[in-house]
Amino acid sequence: MMSHPLVRIGLALITLTLASPAQAERIVASVSNHRVQVSSSFTGEELVLFGTIERAPNDPQRRGGYDVIATVSGPRQNLVTFRRDRVLGIWVNVDSRVFDTVPAYLAVLANRPLDMITNAETLRRLQLGLSNVVLLQRAAITIADSAIDDPFRLAFLKLRQNQQLYREATNGITFLTPNLYRASIPLPAESPIGDYEIDVRLFADGAPIARTNSAFEVYKTGIEQVVTAAARDHSFIYGLTTAAMALLTGWFASVVFRRD
Amino acid sequence: MQIYLPIADLPVNMFVILAIGLAVGFISGMFGIGGGFLMTPLLIFLGVTPAVAVASVTGHIAASSMSGAISYWRRNAVDVALAFMLLAGGLVGTVFGVWLFTLLRFLGQLDLTIGLSYVVLLGVVGALMVAESLRAIVRAHQGKPVELRRPGSHTWFHGLPFKVRFKRSRIYVSAIPVWAIGFIIGFVGAVMGIGGGFLLVPMLIYLLRVPTATVIGTSMVLTLITMASATVLHAVTNHLVDALLALILMIGGVVGAQFGARAGARISGEWLRLLLGLLVLAVGVRFALTLVLTPDELYFIRPLEDGL
Repeated sequence: MMSHPLVRIGLALITLTLASPAQAERIVASVSNHRVQVSSSFTGEELVLFGTIERAPNDPQRRGGYDVIATVSGPRQNLVTFRRDRVLGIWVNVDSRVFDTVPAYLAVLANRPLDMITNAETLRRLQLGLSNVVLLQRAAITIADSAIDDPFRLAFLKLRQNQQLYREATNGITFLTPNLYRASIPLPAESPIGDYEIDVRLFADGAPIARTNSAFEVYKTGIEQVVTAAARDHSFIYGLTTAAMALLTGWFASVVFRRD
Repeated sequence: MQIYLPIADLPVNMFVILAIGLAVGFISGMFGIGGGFLMTPLLIFLGVTPAVAVASVTGHIAASSMSGAISYWRRNAVDVALAFMLLAGGLVGTVFGVWLFTLLRFLGQLDLTIGLSYVVLLGVVGALMVAESLRAIVRAHQGKPVELRRPGSHTWFHGLPFKVRFKRSRIYVSAIPVWAIGFIIGFVGAVMGIGGGFLLVPMLIYLLRVPTATVIGTSMVLTLITMASATVLHAVTNHLVDALLALILMIGGVVGAQFGARAGARISGEWLRLLLGLLVLAVGVRFALTLVLTPDELYFIRPLEDGL
């Protein structure tokens, strides 16, 4: 279908206005701690994400105010989801899907319900919210994004949320002033080790207008780090040491408790 | 006190782990077994993955059998020749066990195999022990003498070749059943995270007619070596041995074992075997229930192992 040249120019103009420097609000974000230490006393931590929305004097007035959606994604992992079923009276793993390089931790934080911030199409396109995030699934050879209502995907999301490793908190971001926001990122004790990325998107009147990102790292320290590194990199010596430790403990006990 | 386990990647209460070590150690000292068949399920119940539990418990059993073996050694109650002959089969069994463990983990059927093995093995052994000890108690009650060693009562494998004389135990049997028993113990121990003492002792008594004087000491020496090797093998192949977890368990275990041994000395042999039999049976039934009862969640997630 041919469209009138004027219509096309009009459309181009609208597109231009949407991306024009006139809407030059910037969003700034930072976290309270960029390096989270996992030591032997680690029982989880709560990071604070905070930032401001910077407005230029000629920026348009936003009647609806600003909305922020922050997506925190942890290190990528390959995770297998097994499905159990009763076979000959006992429960057996009958089927499994590999979730390929999916975030081991995922938190979607927003200042109000996502469907009130923008429309479903935008949320899907920007992969915002647990129901829209792309999770690549591998059954045998084929790799495909799982359909939103796929039972394995739903089970995966539910289990991860039960473990508090995935979460969607639509009251997770608080605006302290119209331009100053704050959010807390809860990291449970089971949080995986690695690099975490924070993707922060600013919305106004249902449209995404700015984006920024930040990052932090969760790493093992002290004895945890030594043990993990040794178990992985020097497994033979590690095994020998553990066995020697066992023999020593046993020997020590027999000396301490010797009765004859 | 919360402590973060580096390999299990799990925060646990240190005193809970220590208490488990003490309790299982008490039982192991009382019955002269490693107690792995109790320890592994308890750790799984705490949230440690079965794979890490099995791999780490091997270290704990090595420690408790070390302290036991030393005290039996001092009493000259170890048949070294028999222990080494069993060991020849045991090491091969351990290697096969760790290999199967790795394969099953790869196939995602490790939990089921561990569960099924527990049900079958503990169910059968527990039932046999209960039946045998009840007969012995009844017999003792009627005033009949207890006969474990019946000279001249030969079974079919006494006709097998490669006969070896074990001087300390005063038996003369073929090496083949000795190797086979060693193989089974090593294999089962590596796959199920148990030392196999509760299996080995009856096998030695009833099949090889090893006298009770040397049976526990010999079994402990064997358990010690197979479990120490299993610790190393699990560390090398699966990287799943949590040294911190193993250390806390073994400290609790060796202390508990001392008190258990004192308590055990006050109870007669038949009653001790009955108690152990009931305990073994109870753990088997517990595993049977988890296999049969509908789980809360039909789905569960595991990290993908390397190489898939």
